[in-house]
Amino acid sequence: MERTDRKLGLLSALPLTAVLLLAFVAPMVVVAIFSVMPQKVFSLTHTPDFSAYAVFFDQGYYRSLLWSLGMALASTAILLVICWPLAYGMAKVFGRFTLVLTIAVVMSLFVSENIRLFGWVLTLMKGGLIEGHLRAWTGISFDSPLYGVPVIVFGLVYVYLPFMLFPLAQGIAMVPDDTRQAAADLGATRWQILTKIDIPLAAPGIVVGSLLSFVLAAGALAESKILGGQAVIAIADDIETAFTFGQNWPLGSALSMILIVIIGALALFGVSRVDLDAIMGRKR
Amino acid sequence: MPASRSTRIVLFVYGLLIIALLYLPLVSVGFASVSRARYLSFPIRKYSTKWYTSALESSTVTDLFWTSLTVAAIVTVVSVVIAFFGALAFARYNWRYRTTFQKLILLPIFFPQTVLGLALLMWFNSLGIIPTWKTAVVAHLVWIAPIATLIVAIRAYSFDPALEEAARDMGANTGTILRLITLPLLLPGLVSAGLFAFLLSWGNFPLSLFTTGADSTLPEWLYAKMVSGYSPLVPTLGIMSVAGSFVIIMVALAVAWLMRANRESKAVQN
Repeated sequence: MERTDRKLGLLSALPLTAVLLLAFVAPMVVVAIFSVMPQKVFSLTHTPDFSAYAVFFDQGYYRSLLWSLGMALASTAILLVICWPLAYGMAKVFGRFTLVLTIAVVMSLFVSENIRLFGWVLTLMKGGLIEGHLRAWTGISFDSPLYGVPVIVFGLVYVYLPFMLFPLAQGIAMVPDDTRQAAADLGATRWQILTKIDIPLAAPGIVVGSLLSFVLAAGALAESKILGGQAVIAIADDIETAFTFGQNWPLGSALSMILIVIIGALALFGVSRVDLDAIMGRKR
Repeated sequence: MPASRSTRIVLFVYGLLIIALLYLPLVSVGFASVSRARYLSFPIRKYSTKWYTSALESSTVTDLFWTSLTVAAIVTVVSVVIAFFGALAFARYNWRYRTTFQKLILLPIFFPQTVLGLALLMWFNSLGIIPTWKTAVVAHLVWIAPIATLIVAIRAYSFDPALEEAARDMGANTGTILRLITLPLLLPGLVSAGLFAFLLSWGNFPLSLFTTGADSTLPEWLYAKMVSGYSPLVPTLGIMSVAGSFVIIMVALAVAWLMRANRESKAVQN
């Protein structure tokens, strides 16, 4: 039994591993090599000179990186606060409504994110769904909140909500009711139950949810382009520009590498601390 | 410690509010798609379906739909096959590198898709492959096959390995076990993985953006038009794309319902 398991495990992992090696690991290696090539070359046969990394500091690209990381951090923090009560409801309170909520949130994921962001432009713009109707009915008008940093953060929160909500609900479901009940019987306040029991026991869900939303938000492009209208440039935007208009593949690769290293370190750190079998419900 | 009645009501209202906010932008897109004016402004004064007519008559739109559909269909079939085996390696078999494998397949999900798309573009370029919709299929697979695997793995966790062991003890070989025991047990997971794969591919744009070459998918075209200026066709095609997803979900739910009804009627006959 043991031996067949071992052989079958390896065999059945093969197709996916092959896809990931050929189309995920190999491209990363290419990016890494391109990033040390001299500026504006299109092949890998030059002498490496690391000049693209110098450009990152000289020409202020680090500002885009800081903006992206800052906005990702802000949206992750906001998402934690927004999603916690809802995830608690899904895990402990709602019963059948949890299914309705899950289906509603998952279905929204299937609509391309740029259509949903464009919908927010139509909703929030001057003469849009909200301002237009308000002005027609009451005469009150307000300036459009579009094209600024807050609305970009709002867009990130909106798009990545499911990626925080579901891991969080899964994490809270792992908190045993008996433990909370015991704490309450012994006189713990709500705040104590939250900080001493709920948060530590739901930690795997919190870690996965926060990492997922932070990482995805840090590499996001559409929010700042569609909602933010270039109020600030996201790092992903700089990367895209370097590849397309700039025709500077080594620069784009160097910027990508910096983002990849930051994100990769975070992802590896988080993933190594979480027992996937426990979260996904393995029985033995 | 059951929640009090007032907590329940507050949380319930909060949940409804979040759902409403999630779908509010689609309401705006929906209204915009039936506005008659070339330059949109709310409240809408004249409604018309002329943009739908011109979208349906346009050959560009037909091409966009076919490209998106072809990519999504191929991605679905390949992802489901990969996910079937991948999920067994992920959840069922005890083998040496199982935890490493689990972590490897999470990495592409934890990865900015725009950067992945660009990395693939450079990779195809250095291999001398000219990007078309076929390279987009590969790009989608890198992201979607791991997600499909996770979905099937959830199902694989819940089945009892003793069923397979019993079959093996009675002399069934591995192929027979997979076909007669494992496949039927994982079928619900495979169906939802297929549904996810199709819909995620259908709606994806950051990966398609750099890997389709001269071809274009629907979300890609919409993005190009949104960034470069307004076209009255954007809301219309947006709604048509959403309607496409909706039809697929309804068909899948109907099939699932029919399968269950069929099984129950068989059980009654027995």
